[in-house]
Amino acid sequence: MALSGLFLISFLSLHFFINMVSVFSADSFNAMSHFMGYNPLIQFVMQPVLIAGVVFHFVMGFVLELKNRNARPISYVKYNGAANASWASRNMIISGVVVLAFLGLHMYDFWFAEMNYKYIAVNTINETRYYEELVHKFESPVRTGLYCIAFVLLSLHLWHGFNSSFQSVGFANKYAKALHKLGYAFAIVIPFGFIFIALFHHFNHI
Amino acid sequence: MALDSKVPSGSISDKWTNYKDHINLVNPANKRNIDIIVVGTGLAGGSAAATLAELGYNVKTFCFQDSPRRAHSIAAQGGINAAKNYQGDGDSTFRLFYDTIKGGDYRSREANVHRLAEVSTNIIDQCVMQGVPLAREYGGLLDNRSFGGTLVARTFYAKGQTGQQLLLGAYSAMNRQIGRGKIKPHNRHEMLDLVVVDGKARGIIARDLVTGEIERHSAHAVVIASGGYGNVFFLSTYAMGSNATAAWKIHKKGAFFANPCYTQIHPTCIPVSGEHQSKLTLMSESLRNDGRIWVPAKLEDAQAIREGKKKPADLSEEDRDYYLERRYPSFGNLVPRDVASRAAKERCDAGFGVNKTGEAVYLDFASAIQRYGKEQAYIKGLDANNTKLIIDLGAAVVANKYGNLFQMYEKIVDEDPYKTPMMIYPAVHYTMGGTWVDYNLQTTIPGCFSIGESNFSDHGANRLGASALMQGLADGYFVLPYTIGDYLAPDIKTGTISTDLPEFVEAEKKVKDQIEKFINNNGTHSVDYFHKKLGKIMWDKVGMARNAKGLTEAIEEIAALREEFYKDVKVPGTADSFNQELEKAGRVADFLELGELFAKDALHRNESCGGHFREEYQSEDGEAQRDDENFAYVAAWEYKGKPSDAVLHKEPLVFENIKLVTRSYK
Amino acid sequence: MKLTLQIWRQKNAKAEGKIVEYPIDGIEEDMSFLEMLDVLNEQLINKGDEPVSFDHDCREGICGSCSLFINGEAHGPDRGIPTCQLHMRMFKDGDTIFIEPFRAAAFPVIKDLVVDRSAFDRIQHAGGFVSVNTSGNPVDANTIPIPKHDADRAFDAATCIGCGACVATCKNSSAMLFVAAKVSQYALLPQGRVEATDRVLNMVAQMDAEGFGNCTNTGACEVECPKGISLDYIAQMNREYLSASIKG
Repeated sequence: MALSGLFLISFLSLHFFINMVSVFSADSFNAMSHFMGYNPLIQFVMQPVLIAGVVFHFVMGFVLELKNRNARPISYVKYNGAANASWASRNMIISGVVVLAFLGLHMYDFWFAEMNYKYIAVNTINETRYYEELVHKFESPVRTGLYCIAFVLLSLHLWHGFNSSFQSVGFANKYAKALHKLGYAFAIVIPFGFIFIALFHHFNHI
Repeated sequence: MALDSKVPSGSISDKWTNYKDHINLVNPANKRNIDIIVVGTGLAGGSAAATLAELGYNVKTFCFQDSPRRAHSIAAQGGINAAKNYQGDGDSTFRLFYDTIKGGDYRSREANVHRLAEVSTNIIDQCVMQGVPLAREYGGLLDNRSFGGTLVARTFYAKGQTGQQLLLGAYSAMNRQIGRGKIKPHNRHEMLDLVVVDGKARGIIARDLVTGEIERHSAHAVVIASGGYGNVFFLSTYAMGSNATAAWKIHKKGAFFANPCYTQIHPTCIPVSGEHQSKLTLMSESLRNDGRIWVPAKLEDAQAIREGKKKPADLSEEDRDYYLERRYPSFGNLVPRDVASRAAKERCDAGFGVNKTGEAVYLDFASAIQRYGKEQAYIKGLDANNTKLIIDLGAAVVANKYGNLFQMYEKIVDEDPYKTPMMIYPAVHYTMGGTWVDYNLQTTIPGCFSIGESNFSDHGANRLGASALMQGLADGYFVLPYTIGDYLAPDIKTGTISTDLPEFVEAEKKVKDQIEKFINNNGTHSVDYFHKKLGKIMWDKVGMARNAKGLTEAIEEIAALREEFYKDVKVPGTADSFNQELEKAGRVADFLELGELFAKDALHRNESCGGHFREEYQSEDGEAQRDDENFAYVAAWEYKGKPSDAVLHKEPLVFENIKLVTRSYK
Repeated sequence: MKLTLQIWRQKNAKAEGKIVEYPIDGIEEDMSFLEMLDVLNEQLINKGDEPVSFDHDCREGICGSCSLFINGEAHGPDRGIPTCQLHMRMFKDGDTIFIEPFRAAAFPVIKDLVVDRSAFDRIQHAGGFVSVNTSGNPVDANTIPIPKHDADRAFDAATCIGCGACVATCKNSSAMLFVAAKVSQYALLPQGRVEATDRVLNMVAQMDAEGFGNCTNTGACEVECPKGISLDYIAQMNREYLSASIKG
């Protein structure tokens, strides 16, 4: 869980960086997107690895949840989980499922369309179409709203997940405190940054 | 029957070495044909079981707790003594030997105590090798503190949890042998009788406390390590389950019971708060290193404090009576436990007690906090005149030393001991008396051994602080494994003992009959009702100060209470299930007999020594007065059907190496 | 103080259990929680009912016998103590208190509030020791100096009382804190270092075999641990485990 999680965190950072560029410069965004879309290393090595990472992460998540539920066949009549652990840490399965559902929508919105464009319909290469597609997607207030909700849940997922991953690989030394703070900052900055991007495009280009 | 202590001849410092060199050994290949039962898995039982299994014997352990790790040795706080002389303050085997004999008020057997002092250093080596995290100094070497009744710092410790750490060490050694299949643990089991075949201990009858099943277990030797009998007082620092049943059952089968009246009342416990109280909590003696004990010097102040009109901090230095420092200038707050306890009782009886019930004195850390605070300020180059800073720095030092004890106190009493002095009062804590054993730790039943607190041997009439852990581990790791081999050597061809022998059948039947009787008794009072009544008689008349009149009354009252108990006790539930009331009934039945013998022993001993204080025998300034001419012996009682019929056997105590003098801590 | 107790009653391991309500009166603030249960039991016995079974022994917070899940928390609402040191001043007149056994597949109920925690013992049999015989002539205890910092950290890990609150409180019934405390204690000391690789692999394997859940780092165990054992030890064990797995 931890290793795949850390891998997804690094992917998320990259994704965030590229999207953020869209706020400042449509051209740079197009250039980057084009590189990501047509570089063979990215397309045929990194992309399958990423997909495998995502699938592994959520399949393991469900397996873990199931095993852990079986470890307590009779549950408590009264269980005050809030007394000793954060909501985020206790409900990774909920935030995880929401993020997974969002991922479905997200893949449908961008990835399927992209795959269709490149490999099925085999359209010609257009190095400047990406920014427009992006802006177009965020015209719908419903979609933008769904994205925002999902990002809040992603934030909660990261709030626990970031530090939990480091704990699981045994990171505990004098830098751990600083890392914890970084983890919380990451869990806020990245998802809310995504929300900002979504709202930015939603309101700026109608 | 004459008691033979089997002390080897020769000079005191060579006895143990010579003895080990000449005893019979069992060949390693034969050890696997020999079974040993160990009852009790505290420091003594756990360490013995592990060591015997390492040697190759087949060991079965029994404990009533759900895991050996929960034995009450775990609650020992302060430390363990060893004559390592790491501090270079002049300690030696002889000094530890001398201090222990003197601390025991010259009522222990010289040869045993010397052996204890000799092996004390091995214990520390062994425990460190096992990974026991004893306290260390910044240089990485082991730290020591000093304890009551000694003039050197020889106590090794692990904060206030020394017993826990040492027990977990012994438990880990057991785990290793359990993993190898050499120890078969029987947890949640209680021994209910000893089986004697042809005069030798050959097994036990035990009850599986979960299923209620009565089981027979055979062995070539039985080791009793079931601890002390302090719960005869109901309120004590013992665990709720601590009991004398194993020790009492072997007594009834022929093992003599020695010096039952030697009981330690520990001076620093949290006072009783009300009727509902179920147990008393100890505050480690190590606190007396830094805490100063006092009561108000004026009766009116004491009264005002009791009524809540004054606070301890309101009293100026001259209005306080640091009575231990006043009475015993050379040892001060570090006098032995019996002396400190009696002094507290004396002040409270005189009307100077400081809690609602008038049965508490102060243990004050204010001056230690000041002293440490100034020390720290000096070291760190901070302002030594800043009162708040000094208190904070000092409190931090105190917290580092005793943090867990202070926290425990605050949880129980709801007062912050960093700000206001602790209130303490003596409570029953340890029993020096117990099953009589010879130098081999064997009882008067061949093949039945008794180790740790359950025997009587090393502490005389009073035990010094940090010596119980030492004795438990000495017996278990370093003494019994040798001496039991000497006994077992002729048994290598005996083969497995059958549990179908008539002696097993008979013992099992008796156990079952008693259980049936309890279950079907349908009386009107719970077991605790009787236990509390017994405890009150014991505390009032056989407690810290005793006299002939009270003891005579106690004997009669206990006998009457016992009769009432059998007639009127109510034990709910069934025999063939988990039944905690049934467990308690059996234990209290034994306490009701032991308590009477206890009082009888106290009545016969017409002297004051150590933990046994007879009001008739005291000096003008209230110190204990021994009678060496008439009472320098071990009183070993033989069971004859009733405690009142018990027959006294005397083992004279011969002191060849230490001169008997009046114990003085002034 | 007047209270309403909602207590789990279960005749034996195989029987069905249920919550039974017991009103109780005359409870004083200075009583410990277990003394409050003593009062209830005395009343039940006098009425001819079976008293409530619960594990307890030293009643001074060190033996680890007492358990109890009180109002949804292991050892109740107070911190840094097991149930035996919980006092009734933590509750108010008129409160309803739920008292349940520690629950986990690896901790089956024996009766009422008593559970079987022998899984912890079996984990220790698998490696919770340093393989040293009692010989009477090992090296002097001061031959190997141990940095005070390491000795203190080993001690802090070793203060675990094996009560099982970590498992009981964990939403996953994970025993990681318990196992980590033992693994870390030995891993931090030179005496225990020798067997560190086998120890962590064996103990973790046994932990999994006992049916405990997996750690998801919620940190609830650390909060509820009566001895305040730190999550850092879990990180330490994870590290030990990773490097042991690589070494094989």
